[in-house]
Amino acid sequence: MKFLNISSPHATRAGNTGNVMRRVILATIPGIIALTYFFGPGHLIQIALATCVALVCEAAVLKLRHKPILFNLMDYSAVLTAVLLALSLPPYAPFWVTIVATSFAIIVAKQLYGGLGQNPFNPAMIGFALVLVSFPVAMTTSWSAPSELLENGISFGQALELIFSSRETIDAYTMATPLDVYKHQVGIETANEILANPIFTDTSSPATATGWIWVNLAFLAGGLFMLFKGLFTWHIPVSLLGTMGLLSLFIGWDSDQYVPLSLHMLAGATMLGAFFIATDPVTASTTPLGKIIYGGGIGILIYVIRTWGSYPDAVAFAVLLMNFAAPFIDQYTQPRTYGHKTATRGLAKKD
Amino acid sequence: MKQIQLHDFNGGIHPNENKIQSTTLEILNANIPEKLILPIAQHIGAPSNPVVKPGDTVLKGQLIAQGEDFVSCNLHAPTSGTIGEISLQPVPHQSNMTATSIEIITDGKDKWLEHSGLENYLNAEPEQLIKLIQQAGITGLGGAGFPTHVKTSIPASKIDTVIINAAECEPYITSDDMLMREHSQEVIRGIEILCHILKPKQCLIGIENNKPQAIEALQQAIDKLESNAYHIQVASIPTKYPSGGEKQLIQILTGQEVPNGGLPADIGVLLQNVGTAHAIYQAIDKGEPLISRITTVTGDACQQPRNYRVLFGTQVKDLLAQANTNLSKVSRLVMGGPMMGITLQDTNTPVVKTTNCLIAASKHELPDPAQEQACIRCGMCTQACPAQLLPQQLYWFSKSSNLEQAKAHNIGDCIECGACSYVCPSNIPLVQYYRFAKGEIRQANADKLKSDGAKKRFDTRTARLEREQAEKDAKRKARSEAAAKKQAEKKAQEAANPTPAADSNTVAEIDIAALQKKLDATKLGIEKSKTKLAEAIASDSDKVEILQGALEKAQTKMKDLALKIAQAKKASKATPEATDPASETDPLIALKEKVLAAKTRMEKAQERLNMAKEQNLDTVDALQMGVDKQKAKLDAAQKTLEEASQ
Repeated sequence: MKFLNISSPHATRAGNTGNVMRRVILATIPGIIALTYFFGPGHLIQIALATCVALVCEAAVLKLRHKPILFNLMDYSAVLTAVLLALSLPPYAPFWVTIVATSFAIIVAKQLYGGLGQNPFNPAMIGFALVLVSFPVAMTTSWSAPSELLENGISFGQALELIFSSRETIDAYTMATPLDVYKHQVGIETANEILANPIFTDTSSPATATGWIWVNLAFLAGGLFMLFKGLFTWHIPVSLLGTMGLLSLFIGWDSDQYVPLSLHMLAGATMLGAFFIATDPVTASTTPLGKIIYGGGIGILIYVIRTWGSYPDAVAFAVLLMNFAAPFIDQYTQPRTYGHKTATRGLAKKD
Repeated sequence: MKQIQLHDFNGGIHPNENKIQSTTLEILNANIPEKLILPIAQHIGAPSNPVVKPGDTVLKGQLIAQGEDFVSCNLHAPTSGTIGEISLQPVPHQSNMTATSIEIITDGKDKWLEHSGLENYLNAEPEQLIKLIQQAGITGLGGAGFPTHVKTSIPASKIDTVIINAAECEPYITSDDMLMREHSQEVIRGIEILCHILKPKQCLIGIENNKPQAIEALQQAIDKLESNAYHIQVASIPTKYPSGGEKQLIQILTGQEVPNGGLPADIGVLLQNVGTAHAIYQAIDKGEPLISRITTVTGDACQQPRNYRVLFGTQVKDLLAQANTNLSKVSRLVMGGPMMGITLQDTNTPVVKTTNCLIAASKHELPDPAQEQACIRCGMCTQACPAQLLPQQLYWFSKSSNLEQAKAHNIGDCIECGACSYVCPSNIPLVQYYRFAKGEIRQANADKLKSDGAKKRFDTRTARLEREQAEKDAKRKARSEAAAKKQAEKKAQEAANPTPAADSNTVAEIDIAALQKKLDATKLGIEKSKTKLAEAIASDSDKVEILQGALEKAQTKMKDLALKIAQAKKASKATPEATDPASETDPLIALKEKVLAAKTRMEKAQERLNMAKEQNLDTVDALQMGVDKQKAKLDAAQKTLEEASQ
C-alpha cells in the first residue's frame, strides 16, 4: 500500500484562480445591467465580441508557447480582461476598434510578457489606451446618448448595425459624455448653464447625469461585493476615491470653474476603475502600505488628467502610470516582519 | 480576577476544524503491542545513549537510554519485557529515514519498576525538581520535542509570565483537549510545579474558545485550589490558526513579540505545552517517567476516531488496527496536524514523544494537490501570514533562487505554518518553495563558512611563507654584504701588496670551464636517476636498495671528479704563462682516467640492474632509464675530454 508522500501543509482551501476570476466577472453584472438599461445593448455586444477575440488570441498564443490550452483558458483571466475592456470602450465603437484593443491586450500586453501573472501593465488598459490614442474619433463619438433622450431607445438590431456595418446614422444615437461636456463648457459657461445641457437629465444640483450615476452605483455595489468576499482589500479603492474626493473638494470646490465632486465620483469610469481596474492584483502594489500609495497615485493622476489634461476621462492612463511604479513601491513598503524592530526598505544590497 | 487583555496577531486562517469526530469518546489506553520500537532521538538535541543490550529484561519505567549531554533526554521502557535488537528502524520523519532504535519484546505483564513521587513538591528546591524532570525524560509534548529540563533551567528571575499552550489550533487534533477535560486537576498540579520552579508573576493558560468543556474543567480545577499563589488563569482566545504557534500565542496573551533571533525569555516569557505540564505532574508527584502520551487517531478512514493513551514505540499499524482503520481507504497518512504534520510511508513507524495525532485521511478529505497555476499576486497569502511576511514576493524569489532577496524579505522568519498555501487560489505549494530556499540558504552559509575557513588558512600560510622568505632574504643579504666586505678587504690588501700581473692561459681556462659544465650536467643526471630510484623504492621492494647504493657510489665519484676539475682549474690559475704543453695535457689525462673509472662503476651498476631484471622487479624500467641517461652523460663527458686533449 502506497500513501501519498508530501510535505505540509496538507489541508488547502478548495478552489483555484478560475474561482477568483469568475467572481470578479460576476461582480460586473450589476454594472452591465445598468449600462444596458441606460445606454442600450451596445456593451453586451462589445463584451461578447471581446470575449471571443480574447479566447481565440489566448488559445493561439498558448498553442504557440506549447502550454496546455484548456487548463489555462479555464482560469478565466482572458475573459475577465475582455469584459473589463469592453466595459471601458464606448458602447458603439466600431467592431474593429474592439478587435484591435482586445487582441493587443491579450497578445502583447499579457502573453508576450509571459502570460498570467507576469504582465507589468493592466492588459485591458493597454488595449484601451492603444485604441484611444490611435482612433480618437471612433473613441470619442461612439458614446451612447442615454436611452431616455432617444425616442425609441436603441434596439439590438440597431446596435449590431452601428457596431458592425453602417455608421452613417451614428450621430443620431451618440452624445459626448457628461465629463466631456462639463470639462469643455466650464471655461465659457457657468455651472447652471452647463447643466441645461440635455445630458444632465437630473437638473437638480449637484450636477449629475442619471444614467451615469446608476452605472457607477452599480459598479460600486459589485465592488463592495468583491470586498466582502475578500477578493481584494479596502486599501486601493478607498485611497483612490479618497484622494480624488479630497482633490476635487480642495481644488474644484467652485463648480463654475471645475468639474464638481459629484460628477468626478459618479460619472465616467470612476467606480469601474476604482474597484475593477485599479485592483487588478497582478499589476498593482501588493503590500498594505504600497496599496494605499498606489491607489492614491491613481486618484491624483485621474484628477490631474481630467482637470488639466486633454482627455475627459483618465482611468486608463492613471492606472498604467502607476503600474510602472508598483514594483518599486512594493520594495519600499514592506511590512515590518514579526519580531523585527523596523521594516526592510528597498532591495538587498548586492555584494 | 482581573480580565486578561487579549491581542490579535496578523493574518491567520479558519480551516475546517474536524475536531468533533475524535471527542465523542473518552481517552482509552491503547493495547500493549507485541513489540515496541523506541528511537533514541525523539527530542531536539543529542541522541541518548542506550544503556541496555539485546537480551536484557527491563521493567516498565526502567531507563534504557541516557541523555548524556545537557541538551538531550532520557528514554525509559514503556512496559516490561526483553530488549530485542538495537538497529536502524523507520522513524517519524518527512524523509522516511531510519534511525537507531531500541526494540522491546513486551511480556504483557506491564510490571513497574519500583518508584515513588515526592510527598510535597513545595519542600523541594527548584534545582531538585529540574533534576527529576530531567531524569523522567520529559520533552515538550507540543511538537518540537525540546527537552523540558533545559527550558526550565533559565534563571527564575528572568521569567515574569509562564504561558501554558493549550490552544491546540491545528484541525483534527484533540489530544490536549481531552487531556484537559479528563485530567484537569493533574494538569493544574503540573502547572503549579512549573510555577514553583520558575516563580512567575502570572501564569496564563492560552486555550482556543472552541474547547468550552476543557475551559470549564480547568476553571473548576483552579477554583478548587487552596491558594493560587502564581495567579494561574485560563485565557480563552479566539479560534484562529495558528494561535498555538509559540510566537503567536505570546503575542495574543502579552501583546509583545519575541525579538527576531531571540527567545521568549528575552521578554520574560516561558511557554510550555499543557501535555508537558501533565507529564511534569506525573514525574514529580508519582515518580513516573514519560513513557506514554495521548494521541488522537482520526480521519475518514478510521471507523471510530478517538484519543488513546499510547505507549511510546507503539507502531502506527498496531494503533490503526485498534482504531479499526480501513487502510485501503487511506490516501494520506499524516502524523501531526494537517497543517504542519508529516506524511508517513511505513506503518511500522512508531509513535514517539511528539506524536500528538495520526490522521488516516481519505482522498476525499485530503485530496491530492491540485495543479499549480500562475501566481496572480492577489495577496491573500500576505493577509494570511502570521509573521507579517510577503509570501508572494518570497515565492518569486525562491522560485528564481534569488536568495539575497529572499533573505532581505526575511524568509528566515517564516514559521512554515502553511496559512499562505492554504489560502492560495492558484494552489501554489508556497511552503515547499520556502523550504527549498531555506535549504539553499543553509547550504550556502555552510559553504561560505567552509570557504572562509579555507581562505583564512591560505592567508595565514601565505603570510608565514612571506615572513620566512623575508627572513631568508635578510640573512642572505647579510651574508653577501659580509662577503663583499671581505672581498673588498682582500682587494685592498692585494692593492697594497701588488703581485706580478697574471696573464692566464685563456684557452686552457675555457676548456676547463666547458669540462666543468659537462661534469655538472653529469652530476645532475645522477641525481635525476637517484630520484627515480627513490620513487621505485617507494613503490616496491628492498632489492632496489642495492641499486641505490651503487648509484650513490657513482654519484660520489662524480663529485670527486668535479672536485678534481676544480683543483685543476686552481692549478691552471696558479700556473700563469704555463705555455708548456705537458702542464696543459697532464690534468686532462688524469681526468680521463677518472671518467673511465666512473664508467666502469656505471657498468657495475648496470650489472646489478640486470640482476634486478632477472628477478622481474617492476621498477626496472625506471632504473634502466636513469642508468641509460647517466651513461650517455658519461659518454658525452668522455667525448669532451677527448676534444679538449686534441
